[in-house]
Amino acid sequence: MIDTHDLRFRYPGGAELRFPDMALPQGGTLLLHGPSGSGKSTWLALVAGLLTSSSGTLVVAGQALGGLGGRARDAWRAGAIGLLPQKLHLSDALTVAGNLGLVYYAAGLPVDHDAITRTLAALGVGDLAARRPAQLSGGQAQRVALARAVLRAPRVILADEPTASLDDAACAAALDLLRQSAAACRATLVIATHDRRVAEALPQASRLLFSSQKDMNPASMGHCLL
Amino acid sequence: MNTILLAWRYLWARPLAAGLNLLLMTLGLGSMTFVLLASAQLARAFERDLAGIDVVVGAKGSPMQLILAGVFHIDVPPGNIPLAEVQTLARHPQVAQLIPLSLGDSFRGFRIVGTTPAYLAHYKATLAQGTLWGAPMQVVPGAQVAAGAGLKVGDRFAGSHGLGGGGDAHGATPYTVSGVLAPCGCVLDRLVLTATESVWQVHETMHGGAPEAGPALDAEDRAALEADREVTVALIRYQTPLAAVTFPRWVNSSTPMQAAAPAVEITRLLGMVGVGTRVLQGFGAVLLLTAGLSVFIALWSAVRERRADLAMLRMLGAPPWKVGALLLCEALWLALMASVLGLLAGHGLTAVASWWLQADQSVALSGWQWIAAEAWVPLVAVGVAVLSALLPAVSAYRVDVGPLLNPR
Repeated sequence: MIDTHDLRFRYPGGAELRFPDMALPQGGTLLLHGPSGSGKSTWLALVAGLLTSSSGTLVVAGQALGGLGGRARDAWRAGAIGLLPQKLHLSDALTVAGNLGLVYYAAGLPVDHDAITRTLAALGVGDLAARRPAQLSGGQAQRVALARAVLRAPRVILADEPTASLDDAACAAALDLLRQSAAACRATLVIATHDRRVAEALPQASRLLFSSQKDMNPASMGHCLL
Repeated sequence: MNTILLAWRYLWARPLAAGLNLLLMTLGLGSMTFVLLASAQLARAFERDLAGIDVVVGAKGSPMQLILAGVFHIDVPPGNIPLAEVQTLARHPQVAQLIPLSLGDSFRGFRIVGTTPAYLAHYKATLAQGTLWGAPMQVVPGAQVAAGAGLKVGDRFAGSHGLGGGGDAHGATPYTVSGVLAPCGCVLDRLVLTATESVWQVHETMHGGAPEAGPALDAEDRAALEADREVTVALIRYQTPLAAVTFPRWVNSSTPMQAAAPAVEITRLLGMVGVGTRVLQGFGAVLLLTAGLSVFIALWSAVRERRADLAMLRMLGAPPWKVGALLLCEALWLALMASVLGLLAGHGLTAVASWWLQADQSVALSGWQWIAAEAWVPLVAVGVAVLSALLPAVSAYRVDVGPLLNPR
């Protein structure tokens, strides 16, 4: 679940961003719409605990992020958040399995090789574990990145433009995978996108609309629960 | 998976950069090791050969030359001094011990030194086989000579005139090996020792005909030859340290000989050699600096290249120190490998130099001796690594996760 109330954020020396209130139940799906630079990334970073709000309350997966220190926030993020970035950022220094192992390394946990094998297999890329990311096709790489995001069964999955460069068939497959993966760990799914196909494929999802930063005010930003 | 292993993986993900940095650091640390080893061993070799010799008396000339020729046997002596004068010196009240050395001949480039058993006792040399000379024309070669020329007890050889080898052979008066010295790590290793009388006999025979040829010399000639007998240098130990004040002055002013204090001359020599050492040290420092800069540039570009990878680690919940530590660890890996390789390279270089100097029959270096100062090599390596990794590590520590969510 994600609950925000009067959430604001100010970049050093920049204008203050105000975000509309949001109450998303656990297991729900949320689409973030809006042009580049409209605050989508900032909102994602706030929800992921990478930035601290300047005011307002933010509760993600039962955790109030306002009062959490840096180290605690890192530990919380490791367990509660799965991120699928637009650029997948798989490291070529490591194998596919090694890239998934980073999840445990970052969290300071012993590597769970069984979980890695299981997750890769569930996403249909089980036979690629020993490959280098450079040897994968775009679709395979995205599945690996998704496996990395859901490896520790996060409470919230954040996907940033997951369909940006995909054709229609691949777009549908990617969204299916995301939905299935989120459902499998009963995670809340947040997709930042300006891809019309996503909205069409997920008609029952909640929406959060961002407008360009210049005329950003609560009136011009709205969200609608369909 | 841990930081150390992961840093190793990241390091070798760019094998060319890693290899070049490793090579640069190894060169720097290797030359540092070589300078440390060579200067320490040279100083130690000098000290060992000098120990217990308070003053060297020989013909007038350069005092440095006298020391180099008489103590280290790496230069030609300035000339000879009359035996009678040396015998007078030996009776001087300030002289505790006098060891005469007669130079002039050599065997395959190794010097044949006529002396007394006191010379061996002075360096505490022991025999590996056979016995000390019992009569003139019996010799005891040092370990290096015996090994180099393949001499063993009972072998006979003729010395050649002059110290360089290649002079006329004294074919009429061959030497017989009576024993071989055990290695002492001192100057004796590369000398052929014999009785002082042997050297006289060789040269009197040369000038007066073979002794077997009968009474070619009459008693008068023989007496004249004996009166002309000379030695080359006399190594002297004082009765009292106070003698150092008056004895050399007395020798230099009231005899046709000169006295040189090895300690003074060797300080002068090391001062001159020291320039070379400092040049090498400077060279090593420049190499190390280059290596440090190169490591810095490599890590800095690694941070830039992997900014997203590092941000991903932060995203996955890694605390900032872990991301910084990863970078630091990469540099430390380089330092560790470069230390090991650099130490090996330095020792290898010293071994090559020692082989080369041995062929030259001058100073004994050993490639596989370890000295305490070498502990500085890994310390310097770690220092260079930490310094060059500092900025990249801080940059990694503060890596911004923003671009991960906003890749434009």
